[in-house]
Amino acid sequence: MSGHSTNYEFKNPAVKWLDSRLPIFSLMKGQAMDFPTPKNLNYWWTFGGILAIMLVIQLISGIVLAMHYTPTADLAFNSVEHIMRDVNYGWLLRYMHANGASMFFIAVYIHIFRGMYYGSYKEPREVLWMIGVFIFIAMMATAFMGYVLPWGQMSFWGAKVITNLFSAIPFVGDSVVTWLWGGFNVADPTLNRFFSLHYLLPFVLAALVFLHIWALHIPGNNNPTGVEPKSGADTIPFHPYYTMKDLYAIVVFLMVMAAFMFFAPNYMGHADNYIPANPLVTPTHIVPEWYFLPFYAILRSVPDKLLGVIAMFSSLLILLVLPWLDSSKVRSGKYRPMFKWMFWIFVFDCLVLGVVGGNPAEGHWLIIGRIATFYYFLHFIILLPLVGLMEKPKPLPASISEDVLAKSDAKSS
Amino acid sequence: MSTVEEVNQDDDSTRRDFLYIATAAVGAVGTGAAIWPFIDQMNPDASVRALSSAEFDLAPIEEGQGITVVWRGNPVFIRHRTPKEIEEAKAVPMSDLKDPIARNLNAPEGAEATDVNRVVDGKENILVMMAICTHLGCVPVGEAGEFDGWFCPCHGSHYDTAGRIRKGPAPTNLEVPPYKYIDDNKIVIG
Amino acid sequence: MKKLFKSLAIAGILGALMSPQAMASGDGPKNAKNYSFSFEGIFGTFDRAQLKRGFLVYQEVCAGCHGLKLVNYRNLAEPGGPEFTKTEAKAIAAEAEVNDGPNAEGEMFDRPGKLSDKFVSPYPNDEAAKAGNNGALPPDLSLITKSRSGWHGSLKSLYLYSLFNGSGGPEYITSLLAGYADDPHGEEKEGLNYNPYFTGNWIAMPSPLSDDGVEYADGTKATVEQQAKDVAVFLAWAAEPKMEERKKLGFMVLLYMLVFSVLLYLVKKAIWRNVKH
Repeated sequence: MSGHSTNYEFKNPAVKWLDSRLPIFSLMKGQAMDFPTPKNLNYWWTFGGILAIMLVIQLISGIVLAMHYTPTADLAFNSVEHIMRDVNYGWLLRYMHANGASMFFIAVYIHIFRGMYYGSYKEPREVLWMIGVFIFIAMMATAFMGYVLPWGQMSFWGAKVITNLFSAIPFVGDSVVTWLWGGFNVADPTLNRFFSLHYLLPFVLAALVFLHIWALHIPGNNNPTGVEPKSGADTIPFHPYYTMKDLYAIVVFLMVMAAFMFFAPNYMGHADNYIPANPLVTPTHIVPEWYFLPFYAILRSVPDKLLGVIAMFSSLLILLVLPWLDSSKVRSGKYRPMFKWMFWIFVFDCLVLGVVGGNPAEGHWLIIGRIATFYYFLHFIILLPLVGLMEKPKPLPASISEDVLAKSDAKSS
Repeated sequence: MSTVEEVNQDDDSTRRDFLYIATAAVGAVGTGAAIWPFIDQMNPDASVRALSSAEFDLAPIEEGQGITVVWRGNPVFIRHRTPKEIEEAKAVPMSDLKDPIARNLNAPEGAEATDVNRVVDGKENILVMMAICTHLGCVPVGEAGEFDGWFCPCHGSHYDTAGRIRKGPAPTNLEVPPYKYIDDNKIVIG
Repeated sequence: MKKLFKSLAIAGILGALMSPQAMASGDGPKNAKNYSFSFEGIFGTFDRAQLKRGFLVYQEVCAGCHGLKLVNYRNLAEPGGPEFTKTEAKAIAAEAEVNDGPNAEGEMFDRPGKLSDKFVSPYPNDEAAKAGNNGALPPDLSLITKSRSGWHGSLKSLYLYSLFNGSGGPEYITSLLAGYADDPHGEEKEGLNYNPYFTGNWIAMPSPLSDDGVEYADGTKATVEQQAKDVAVFLAWAAEPKMEERKKLGFMVLLYMLVFSVLLYLVKKAIWRNVKH
């Protein structure tokens, strides 16, 4: 990061010696402690820190689980049960990793919607946002491959259905699928490569997160007003103000995770995944993990195989161009009366897609799914550009301090 | 001595300092406790611990023969010694031994490394010991070395006919695992 | 803050609606009866006597066709389970014939089971199991309570139901075993038995339990429902042998985190006391 320009005078001679050769202490001090941060960030802004912790938890618990797991079709299921039954604290580590994945997605969805509401994707933070989208996609790939590893019925059939998406590619689709599988069905070679990639991708994710934070520290944080800090009065150092606030939020978030881990560890999973994979019998309803359901719904809403796959991938990739779809110059949704409504309808639409994704694609679910899919794209392609031109934003505060003062005055009067 | 006013002034910040320290302490304790499962998972798991004893039949081993069996994943020598070997071992004066302790988990701790302390009394013809050189863990070769016992080819340790270290870099005698006879010709190791 | 709560509440409700339990309704199996078991709830533990009774039912009734291959005999004596004494568990293990080998002659041989052995399955493989049961495969019961859910249909639209009542696996097993009946339409099917709790309502397994089919050592009256409950509880333990350890540790972890979060909140407030935000 751009930390090399800041020169701190460290008192400890050892620190001084090292820092003059490799300025990690200057970097830490400049980027993690003294970094000027808007003083009005609300609790929705703590999810960045929560996500960093979740990545660390998933990495560590995953590395440890890999010490006991066997990525072979014959042994995978039993090795997971071996972890659950015999390995010291194995049940804890596995439930941590499985529920951790779900909690990771809860946090990332909140983080994304927060960015959308407060316009954090807008100039000059487009690259920051785009890296975020790549992180999201990498997370989905990692989670998908991780879910295959226990080699239960849902693992197997989820893997089969999702890899079969690629068969929709014209001309080469079937060859691509055979290549992905390393055979003529999801089998041992598939499981092995998924394990390898599931171990690799989190480190790619960590690298992307590094870029994400770098890109964040160039313009600095957005904030609930969407007005850039104008003077030192608008900001406070990251440490101890936000380190402590984030830490508090992290512990509260981990409490929710612990509640699931210890008292409803299988709630966010699927019962069928406790049946060993059987390539001859498909479960009655194949449902992906809950965090994929909205995208799964979009896939199934389009009656054409190729177009369905295109629609699903577009629903993700459209996020990349979001900074250029929103025509409003005002960042924060707080000052955009029409957008505010649109935002909540969009959130609702995503939740509806989620429910639809968990239900069979028939009857009224199909119709609801199609409407919700249509609205999803309508929101990005038509409404966002149009509303920015049409709506009349509320007056913006001159600065963060002014906004904060106005609020505390209103409170005290 | 501080005056009452000074105490009052400092009261708030003292309370805050206490809060900070208490929180840090609680956090440190929690972090420490959270690390334990990640360390303990590498210890032998329940299925490994359950496999701690194994039974072996001695009847097929003839005099002058030895077999290597596996216990807890490690090789164990079981040798049916000849009277000559026993005599040789008994004849060694204690002062010649590099390691004077029996290293027998069935004998009292610190027992002298006499031949009888290396075996079960009355069953002196059967010698049971870990086939692990006490130097760096190689498997010694039987009926070899300068003392007609075992010789470790890795770094040249010589053991005698009671498995005691006589020459070379190994510091202690070959270890005798915990075992007992369940009948005349059967032992349980572990 | 108020707004935050409101949006959190909405998100929570919708999130619950979005849970993976959201699946098809339609005219499937009947909802399991919501039996209450001693192991439910935050402080729930297994009833040792019930686990022992359930083990007896498994051993005498189920084990003829259904394996329990993920469970070891040693587990029977471990804390949090039926807690047989080590001697009792050894005797139970010794009754089983374990195929071991090869011996020095290269032959496989049978020997009495040891604590470190896994439960011996009644059939050597799935094909043999099918061949012995008119083509129907009796599933291994090691994870049966975790791989089945008892709630369907209208209850499912209440997604919070599963959050507080679990997946209904043990309830399903109990309901199924105690729920054999005559088909309401008077229909009969060759080799199949009517059971309203089973998917498709026709199950290959004939009603396995009968009143006083086993004799309980503790004097409990062995009605069909009692046996069904007992074996379901035993299987719930078999599927999740670390449940008691999990809940105990979980309570301590949550208690700790509650204290720590309150402290952190106070720290945060103290640090921010002079900043208007």
